[in-house]
Amino acid sequence: MIVNKETIVQLASVQKRLDNRTLTEYRTPIVIETGISWTAEGSARVRIGDNIVIAGVKLSIEKPYNDTPDEGGIMVNAELLPLSNPEFETGPPGIKAVELARVVDRGIREAKAIDMKKLCIIPGEKAWFISIDIMTINDAGNLFDTAGLAALTALKSAHFPVVDESTGAIDYHQKTKVSLPLVKEPLPVTVYKINGSLLVDPTLEEERAYDARLTVTTDDSKTVSALQKGGTAPLTIDEVGRIVDLASEKAKFLREVLNKALR
Amino acid sequence: MSNVLVQERDIVIPGEILAEGMDYLPGENTYRKESAIYSKVLGLVSIPGRVIKITPLAGPYIPRVGDKIIGKVSDITLNGWRVDTGTAYSAFLNVKDATTRFIKKDEDLSEIIAIGDYVVVILVNVTSQNLIDLTMKEPGLHKISGGRIIHINSQKVPRVIGKQGSMISLIKEKTGCDITIGQNGHVWIKGTTNGEYLAERAIKLIQEKSHQDGLTERMQKFLEDKRV
Amino acid sequence: MVYKKRLDERKVDELRPMEAKAGVIPNADGSAYFKIGNTVCYAAVYGPRELFPRFLQNPKKGLLRCHYSMMPFSGSGERIRPGGNRRSQEISMVMNSSLEPVMDLSAFPNSVVDVFVDLPQTDAGTRCAAISAAAIALADAGIPMKDMVSSVAVGQVDGTVVADLNYNEEAYLGIVSDIPVAMLHNTKELTLLQMDGEISKEDLIKALEMAKIATERVYEVQKKALKERFSRE
Repeated sequence: MIVNKETIVQLASVQKRLDNRTLTEYRTPIVIETGISWTAEGSARVRIGDNIVIAGVKLSIEKPYNDTPDEGGIMVNAELLPLSNPEFETGPPGIKAVELARVVDRGIREAKAIDMKKLCIIPGEKAWFISIDIMTINDAGNLFDTAGLAALTALKSAHFPVVDESTGAIDYHQKTKVSLPLVKEPLPVTVYKINGSLLVDPTLEEERAYDARLTVTTDDSKTVSALQKGGTAPLTIDEVGRIVDLASEKAKFLREVLNKALR
Repeated sequence: MSNVLVQERDIVIPGEILAEGMDYLPGENTYRKESAIYSKVLGLVSIPGRVIKITPLAGPYIPRVGDKIIGKVSDITLNGWRVDTGTAYSAFLNVKDATTRFIKKDEDLSEIIAIGDYVVVILVNVTSQNLIDLTMKEPGLHKISGGRIIHINSQKVPRVIGKQGSMISLIKEKTGCDITIGQNGHVWIKGTTNGEYLAERAIKLIQEKSHQDGLTERMQKFLEDKRV
Repeated sequence: MVYKKRLDERKVDELRPMEAKAGVIPNADGSAYFKIGNTVCYAAVYGPRELFPRFLQNPKKGLLRCHYSMMPFSGSGERIRPGGNRRSQEISMVMNSSLEPVMDLSAFPNSVVDVFVDLPQTDAGTRCAAISAAAIALADAGIPMKDMVSSVAVGQVDGTVVADLNYNEEAYLGIVSDIPVAMLHNTKELTLLQMDGEISKEDLIKALEMAKIATERVYEVQKKALKERFSRE
């Protein structure tokens, strides 16, 4: 909507937004639920405002990669379901879905959030592999942060399934009490630059009006584990510094909401 | 012997039986099968006299001649603009129906109305296949600039306008905004940032609560409390 | 061995617990959440909207197009590869033919009404749940429909006719038949009828008679969900 785009751009320069939020405010409510899929080893439904994303974790036993014979693996897939936005089409994931999956994947992988060595069962032969699938239910803007939060929540809620000792087969109908070896809690926060101002948690319309965006994944110790810049406008080094500060502050806020919800 | 099985303002679902016997007539959004009348949509029952009809609670906008709508320009052709009506059917605005001023043969039409611009227009022709012609030459019709556009379900438009425009006048007065409502559910609001935000919330609230009683009083109170 | 007591102790004609809600996806023109036992669906309706490719357009009425999809983690075993398969294609097709008979899309020539159903968890009866969810979402979208469509499976487990088989019953050792049906509320006509397994004609008719009661229970849940969406406070 060009009218709204122009208004969004004008308002941003005076630190205002169409929905009267401050620039650094997330939408409400933020609702985090786990165990929404009994068939998954871990699952979560996250709602930020009208944004709704489901993530599910499946575990399987596979042969480790040759270069890391004593480690398991992780894979993130994202689907922008046509159910969630009239502009999404059926068919194989497009570039938006691929980018979303890769940004969430890198944030978890590079933070070494999962102790991959603890996923190994027999070196060179058997290890646990983790698949995280992110499914959008309603896209109201800011899928990066919502998907990252859903993925971390699903990982936190996951339990290993029972393995038959004699056959080595997984019994997916029974879960053990053992959680995944999750040692850090990385969360992506995307900061958008519109008309010189920096803001978080954009609506769909704000997403159409941005000049640049930077997704920053930080863990509990504020270490940065992944970056992804988007948009056509450049960013100054000073802006990157401010964005990282804002992102780690907001990641801390989301982590608190998450841990309160799971308590 | 006829028997009406529902009451005025009851909510009914598609296929729900409304009346038995031949004394009543099936009105809008209903149908008769054998001796009974059934609803065809989710909506509210209305029984003016011997007719039973249903006012839908949701549903697509159906283009009608004379309707004022807000559309978005999606394409420019040799002799005019293609306008997205927010439905399955786009409409056409011919150059001669867009402006009273003379347009030279090789003039750049995007200088007059560009792709992405919103226009307030009236439907002048709708064919059985829903091919639609528009005009922008009557008073109050124009290209939109500034403010914000929101979307509501087109079935709620009459409630947002209110009886003789009472509801929309109330919102305009309390928020100090100019508001234009398209029959297709696009609404243009222009005023101060706070005024626009309040008007948007008020209109969304009417959309949510449109089927409830005492809406005007409720809106009066909402706008008094939040007055800017 | 005769199947007298059901594995989950339900009565023969008892359905698993159901839950339904209309209007759960704000972007959609109509939407629904539907749960029966451990099978869960989200359904969203978009349209009527412009139909491409153009050769599919019908100048007399709009087209209904259903899309069924299981989420990769929703199966009871290993992860399912995303992207659809022959099974999801077939289910999308039978959903279409189950719902089409009640739809009145004559006011929307050349357009399409898309219905998307995605399941985050399943435990048998997914196509029936998908149809029941889609019917709520279509009504919620305000699309004209002559009747409601309610769907549930009936069948026979080791000589006993039952309603709404779960996964364990479908996998029961012995003679089992699973008959997903969809029924129109007013006329009790069938718009979905499939079967896996073996059954006698007598038991088939008995099962279909039981489907009348079973689909009526689904109907009550659908009706409640739609009325609650707009109930007065």
